[in-house]
Amino acid sequence: MTAAIGHTSILLAFFAALVGVASPLIAARFEPERFRAVARYSIFGQFALVTLAAGALIYGLVSTDFSIKYVAFNTTRATPFYYRVTGLWGALEGSLLLWEWILIIFAGIVAWVYRNRHHEMMPWVVMIFSMVSVFFLGVIAFLSNPFEIVSPIPLDGRGLNPLLEDANMMTHPPLLYTGFVGLTVPYAFAMAALIVGKLDEAWITTTRRWTIIAWFFLTAGNLVGAWWSYHVLGWGGYWAWDPVENAAFMPWLPATAFLHSVQVQERRRMLKAWNLSLIIIAFSLTIFGTFLTRSGIISSIHAFSSGPVGAFFLGFLAFILLGSFGLLAYRADLLKEQPELDSMVSRESAFLLNNIVLVSALFTIFLGTIFPLISEAVAGVQVSVGAPYFNSVTVPLFLFLVFLMGVGPMIAWRRASWDNLKRNFLWPAAASLLFALALFAWKVQDFLPLLGFTLFAFVVLSIFFDTALALRARKRIAGEGILRGLITLARRNQRRYGGLVVHLGVVLIMMGIAGSMTYSSEKDATLAVKESLDIGNYRVQFEGLKGTQQPTHFRVEGSFRLFHNGNDEGVVSPALKFFPSQQSPIGRAVHQSSLSEDIYLILSGFSEVDRNHATLKVLVRPLVVWMWIGGFVIMFGTLICIWPMKKADVVEP
Amino acid sequence: MPWRRLTITLAIIGPILALLAFGFTRDAKYIKSPLLAKPATPFTVTLYDGKKLSLEDLRGRAVFLNFWASWCLPCREEARDLEAAWQKVKDRNMVFLGVALQDTDKNSIAFLKEFNITYPNGRDETGKIGVDYGTWGIPESFFIDPQGRITYKHVGGIRAALVISKLEDAAKGIVSAQEGRGDYQGVK
Repeated sequence: MTAAIGHTSILLAFFAALVGVASPLIAARFEPERFRAVARYSIFGQFALVTLAAGALIYGLVSTDFSIKYVAFNTTRATPFYYRVTGLWGALEGSLLLWEWILIIFAGIVAWVYRNRHHEMMPWVVMIFSMVSVFFLGVIAFLSNPFEIVSPIPLDGRGLNPLLEDANMMTHPPLLYTGFVGLTVPYAFAMAALIVGKLDEAWITTTRRWTIIAWFFLTAGNLVGAWWSYHVLGWGGYWAWDPVENAAFMPWLPATAFLHSVQVQERRRMLKAWNLSLIIIAFSLTIFGTFLTRSGIISSIHAFSSGPVGAFFLGFLAFILLGSFGLLAYRADLLKEQPELDSMVSRESAFLLNNIVLVSALFTIFLGTIFPLISEAVAGVQVSVGAPYFNSVTVPLFLFLVFLMGVGPMIAWRRASWDNLKRNFLWPAAASLLFALALFAWKVQDFLPLLGFTLFAFVVLSIFFDTALALRARKRIAGEGILRGLITLARRNQRRYGGLVVHLGVVLIMMGIAGSMTYSSEKDATLAVKESLDIGNYRVQFEGLKGTQQPTHFRVEGSFRLFHNGNDEGVVSPALKFFPSQQSPIGRAVHQSSLSEDIYLILSGFSEVDRNHATLKVLVRPLVVWMWIGGFVIMFGTLICIWPMKKADVVEP
Repeated sequence: MPWRRLTITLAIIGPILALLAFGFTRDAKYIKSPLLAKPATPFTVTLYDGKKLSLEDLRGRAVFLNFWASWCLPCREEARDLEAAWQKVKDRNMVFLGVALQDTDKNSIAFLKEFNITYPNGRDETGKIGVDYGTWGIPESFFIDPQGRITYKHVGGIRAALVISKLEDAAKGIVSAQEGRGDYQGVK
């Protein structure tokens, strides 16, 4: 019954989507206003039907309706409630439904909010949404149907992959998918602008908030993924440059570039074709990412089982790329522009450099990700491209980006005078150099980390310096104190101060990465009870093993007493979880964080025979916690950017 | 219509799409062994009868090297086949050597007794032999020619007929083009 409701809703939504694609095309030919409204109603109809289908699947999962094959494969009777819900995105069929659901929610909100505005563009915006929806609904309805029935009904389900039974499963996929799907909004408006021939800044200003929101979810999704990897997977790392991790990171790069280069278009009417290309690439990369996870052409720990779905995704990707760039070429005459750069030392050129760096990073990461394919196609040689390549190409690029973060926001538009440079950068630069000397004297004597931390300091100092100058002005003019002053500054120029806070957050994240990449240490040992291991300022003493039966697995915990600088910090218990369906146990590492470093313990093994030996791997990773703090700072900065303000208060230069 | 720009864009997008389409024609998860035709890493193993045996001692003969453990199900399935193959070739210039991975002596010896295994077997005490041969599942079987080169690697359960045929190839120094597959269990 549930399956029937779900499948029928999907089919009906598919046909509604076809109507949504057809009606603007018919309207364009025959002109009646009626057809434009039909496009909008098709979105609302799709929204209702897809929500019904998603609801049906969730209901089936929660009530363990094992007549549905997807439920039988992804839950068991013993699975806790919240993991039954997350089963919605635990496997291929359900994850596509989640994607479609988020897509249609965005489409519905956009169609509703702008129902009385942008009369020329909206039908096409809606058509693009319906087009993407047709594809996903088509795949769900005909190729990978989550509502397939299984007969006879099994007594119990197979269960979620044990690695996915974690709190982060509730946040990471939805956050990331929202980020991916959110990029459809600026893409749809961009395509509509191209179709209609309205290539001024209207589509950019309208979609600005949407793009920032999508960018935020993309950032958050990637960070939560890194946190999950670090906190749960038990290898002490947060990013492996796995192809699917790259696929989630790649759309972020052109999206970030876009957020910056649109500012150049808004002020100088430059870079129109470039911005359109950026958003086409960003959206295409979200489809590419979904394709990579589901096609099986590159092996990855994230890969879903492959099927015929992959070929259809490739076809859709080809359609998007060829169609979008074809449209862009068709409208080339409307995109000609004259303005040139007045000076290499200006805000425009800083933004341009920012774009060049981000697109270069995108190119090198993309190349590294598909290189195994190239190598096999051209030379028949199997290679895998790993962290060493990616780190060596991205580190210099991102360090340069940090430098730009320090310089960009403070440098003048058009042409920066020597006066302007001196006023904004003398003190921060001088203070950073002093900081560099201090670091060198203390401990940091290798070039790259020294350069990195100096640049981080430069950014932080230039942001604080600029804000301090502005606050001093507020005090003089209006007598405002620091807090009141900050609020006024933020209200009057949301984008600037939101952006500055976001930059701070990014610097904090990069600080965490730099610290843990450069100064981590690790040690392995097999310890008998009461034996201990020393690393850095820590001593780890093995106390004993404990085995307990959990609802879904058998758990072996090793108890270790931690001593930090001689102080007893208590007992931590890394564990190994033995699931009946898995051949090898799944590790559950533990870590203790402080602002300066994390100590990370992994139980690699234990003696099954005498039960009083444990093999332990200990990692000390400096500054990792700043990555997560930086994430929250970014969130705060994004809120400042998008917070709805009364128009009267806003003063933007 | 700026044809030049369009052509450049197509020239970039086209090959990328073609490359991705190519991806469908092969299996990304299959890893070729870099060990074929390479010299077999020397090692010394203590046999269950107390004697020590090193790979150098077996130079001049074709060697069938089999990694196994008592708790591994496919190893149990192939054990009788291996002993049968051994009986057929033991008078020729060939030798069988079994190395137990991640196992206890008591269980290994019981396993050998259960299947009446008569060819030499020993334990990989430190785990180094398994690592040197890149074992990631058991059983894994290696065929080594009289000059000490690996001619064939089979991951998973192997049948007697294949053992004998590959040993004959090894004796002649013929290197196989590809590895083989059977049922296997992952190693911790």
